[in-house]
Amino acid sequence: MFDDHSPIYRQIADAITRDILNGTLDEGEQVMSTNQYAAFYRINPATAAKAFQHLVDAGVLYKKRGIGMIVSTGARERLRQEHRQRFVSDVLNPLVDEANAIGMPLSEVIALLQALAAREDAAR
Amino acid sequence: MKIEVQDVSLAYGETQALDSVRASIDGPRIVGLLGRNGSGKSSLLSVMAAFRPADSGTVTYDGQPVWENPVVASQIALIREGGDVHGEDEKLDEIFRYAAWLRPNWNASMAEELAEAFRIPRKTNLDKMSRGQRSAVGVVLGLATQAPVTMFDETYLGMDAPARVLFYDLLLKEYMERPRTFILSTHLIEEVSRILEDVIIIHEGEVLMQTATDDLLGQGVAMTGPADRVDSFVQGMNVIGTRDLGRTRSTTIFGGLSASQRIEARELGLEFTPLELQDLFVHLTTQKEVRR
Repeated sequence: MFDDHSPIYRQIADAITRDILNGTLDEGEQVMSTNQYAAFYRINPATAAKAFQHLVDAGVLYKKRGIGMIVSTGARERLRQEHRQRFVSDVLNPLVDEANAIGMPLSEVIALLQALAAREDAAR
Repeated sequence: MKIEVQDVSLAYGETQALDSVRASIDGPRIVGLLGRNGSGKSSLLSVMAAFRPADSGTVTYDGQPVWENPVVASQIALIREGGDVHGEDEKLDEIFRYAAWLRPNWNASMAEELAEAFRIPRKTNLDKMSRGQRSAVGVVLGLATQAPVTMFDETYLGMDAPARVLFYDLLLKEYMERPRTFILSTHLIEEVSRILEDVIIIHEGEVLMQTATDDLLGQGVAMTGPADRVDSFVQGMNVIGTRDLGRTRSTTIFGGLSASQRIEARELGLEFTPLELQDLFVHLTTQKEVRR
């Protein structure tokens, strides 16, 4: 279930972040409780709480007394900005490394991207 | 519910089983007690549960010594491997009746539910049960006793994988519904590591470390790449193991990587992978120089 390359609490935080980015979780919506996360992933509740704390510190979630964790207003846009800033280092650099390793010229990669973009446009 | 182990030593004849062991568990939490065979795990748990006295040192529960203290002893439950309980020639009903008499917080309805969930036979004497069934009896006793401190000493090793997963699920559920302290000693480190908040590693009768599992997991890192580059990178670091495959070397360091070291490793083209708890445990208990 986990890729073992980062601490479990980071992976839980990333999973919640992805849910917010792709719209599974809306702003103002309540997130499942730490206990529900702990039971689902079979992890110590303290680990789930650490993931939540990480997101509270980042302003993505806030705690509503007596209710639980809520997705902050503006969280999605802020996360998008952050992820855009990291897009080159997280996504493009590994892509270029891989293309170089398999001897694929970047011009070919660009052509593939253009073909994908055309297909996406056609689907709209 | 705080347990303090203070300089506990215990010898069996010439063999020093425990040597000035110190540990402190401030509950509620789930703690793993990890150690190789013969490391002193069972001896430590026996002393903590007042099953036997220490040669020297004390174990206290909320400041009260546990030895020869029935009030405190009723707050601590130790379930040993194979579910060795009162009444080898008795059936489950008698075993439950005895537990109900002995244990102030015994939850009879939970015991019945769990016995069904683990499909423990009702008409079989304990000594005629399979190893897995005996383990299940131990697990049910441990959970239904609802003692503020419950210790499972490799209790569930005899269970098959589905039964163990059921045990982990029930343990987490219990812990969340009625927070209390659970101490698990086990060889099955990998499958249990994610539910452990803290670990105590014991080696040759001494406590090697007591730490939060998350902190420990960041410490062990395997650096992999061309041998010369790996060697220059790990210079001055705490190296706890090296393996070679052709010209590729994988060197394990203990102490974690700083942000700048990560960047340096990336620039050198080195791969770095955090160690799983079990790998870390193997390194720590086979290498002597990393002590403390």
